[in-house]
Amino acid sequence: MAHDVQHYNLDQKFDFTAATKKSVFTVLGIGAALLVIGILMAMFGGGHGEAAEAEGHAFHWYERLYANLWINNVYFTGIAIIGVFFFAIQYAAQAGWSTAIIRVMLSLGNWLPIAGVLMIVTFFVANHDLFHWTHAYLFDKASPEYDHIIDGKGSFFYWPMAKGTFPVFYIFRMVLFFGFWVFFFKKFQQFTYNEDIIGGTSSWYKIRSWSAFFLIFFAVSSSISAWDWVMSIDTHWFSTLFGWYVFASWFVAGLSTITLLVIFLKSQGLLEMVNENHVHDLGKFIFGFTIFWTYLWFSQFLLIYYANIPEETVYFIERLSSDIYGPFIFVNLGLNFVLPFLLLMTRDSKRHGVFLKLVCALIIAGHWVDFFLMVQPGTLGHNGGVGFMEVGMFLVYGAAFTFVILSSLAKGNLVPKNHPMLEESYNHHI
Amino acid sequence: MERDTHFVTGVYEDEDVLLQAITKVRSSGIKIHEVYSPYPVHGIDDYLGYKRSKLPIAAFLFGLLGTTLALTMQFYMMKFDWPMIIGGKDYGAFPDFIPVTFELTVLLASFGMVGVFMVSTNLKPWAQPRIFDLRITDDKHVMAIDIANNSAMELAKIEEILKSSGASEVNKKSFE
Repeated sequence: MAHDVQHYNLDQKFDFTAATKKSVFTVLGIGAALLVIGILMAMFGGGHGEAAEAEGHAFHWYERLYANLWINNVYFTGIAIIGVFFFAIQYAAQAGWSTAIIRVMLSLGNWLPIAGVLMIVTFFVANHDLFHWTHAYLFDKASPEYDHIIDGKGSFFYWPMAKGTFPVFYIFRMVLFFGFWVFFFKKFQQFTYNEDIIGGTSSWYKIRSWSAFFLIFFAVSSSISAWDWVMSIDTHWFSTLFGWYVFASWFVAGLSTITLLVIFLKSQGLLEMVNENHVHDLGKFIFGFTIFWTYLWFSQFLLIYYANIPEETVYFIERLSSDIYGPFIFVNLGLNFVLPFLLLMTRDSKRHGVFLKLVCALIIAGHWVDFFLMVQPGTLGHNGGVGFMEVGMFLVYGAAFTFVILSSLAKGNLVPKNHPMLEESYNHHI
Repeated sequence: MERDTHFVTGVYEDEDVLLQAITKVRSSGIKIHEVYSPYPVHGIDDYLGYKRSKLPIAAFLFGLLGTTLALTMQFYMMKFDWPMIIGGKDYGAFPDFIPVTFELTVLLASFGMVGVFMVSTNLKPWAQPRIFDLRITDDKHVMAIDIANNSAMELAKIEEILKSSGASEVNKKSFE
């Protein structure tokens, strides 16, 4: 319990050095190279194309590209919005411990505008190749392909237009969610940086009020976006806890990203007021929400397995009985539950960087696998899998994301120097 | 002189004074028996130089015991002792066993931890608590020093160090 006054440099900024940029661009380059190899392999090496064509639905190499774009769109959007969400939680809970790292959380939101554009563009480009429900014939009672289950859900996408035309409601929600998320993010950013200039507590109170509204909006929008962007791929199938399951996946991955960023910034000699107590708390969050994710994953699985209703079990049969996806179910559980659970159980592993960095990396890869398992079986079926294209696309998105976040961190002050709870953050001790 | 029966106690009014006093008393070579306070004083275990509790290890082991017991019990009952088909599943339907396994793991980990804690801190119902000073349940912090444990130092010297470290009173306390 240090009672002496600390003198930290409160005007510190992250220096995005040429060396760091180089390593980010190296990853981007490797990713792009793998992606190109993957695309070429898919274009020229598609062996089972003819067999599928005989059944009436030809598989095209670009479907796999779209599926990969979609996985990473959803995944990185989630990580970005979790940064804003966790920031808002700190204010709503009036937390003091996190003050020194609060802008690291918020910085993740810088990806949101880009993610929104990518998401909408990918949706219009991929359309039928990703989303079965976009086919007009499903809603045409005269068509032999008429599907009364999807017809029953059609209004969720097409209202107020006729089913099978233009998905107004769906696009409206996508624009609304991204619009509001970016709006709230910009508001938070404006208030927190304004606080550096004007001081006082007014910014803190304003952010707290905005946080409360954001959290209400996010509670609804996170679930609905998960139904829209992920669950609607398997249009027939539904799961009532899917929204929280996707949210939990985002949350753990977002927390890991925040922790990795904090450890990275510390290794650059910044944020010296952040000590092992703060890192410990981040570690506890990761540990706890890893178990929360597992709880939701298992709750979804157990009920479907136990009730054994064909329209529900199809989701897991499609994945577990497949040679391509079956093993990844266990990779998913291993990376996202077993390893973090065992590795982060002791106090020391949460307080000192090495284990925590390892676990964060495992989790970020692991939750990509989670989204891979949500998206690919429903879009690509037996034509999917983890190959050059998947790894390449993930690296490209990861490097681009890192570049955007680090550039944004280099722009403003890292520490909210006039935050009323900064002193509490210095003295955080557990 | 018998161990654990004769004590010198220093009474402190303020937790900051107490924490400074602990450092001072310890650095002068006196071994502190225990410090009693009416409320938890944050960080006091670091000042007293206590090692981290081993309770989490006990919790982990009891949890592991719970997991093992639950799985063994369910597999034995459902697959060998009285095989039953439930919901069209196999006899040894592993996913079905997870909720009970989870519950027993949590139950044994928590009960085991509470049990170990009570044994290790001597919190049994018939234990005779030693009240060093009645005011530790109200507004005073009390540092107890076992005289026999500090026999290398003269009693007067100990009392003097306590006094100079900020104790408002220095008393003696004996137990039978």
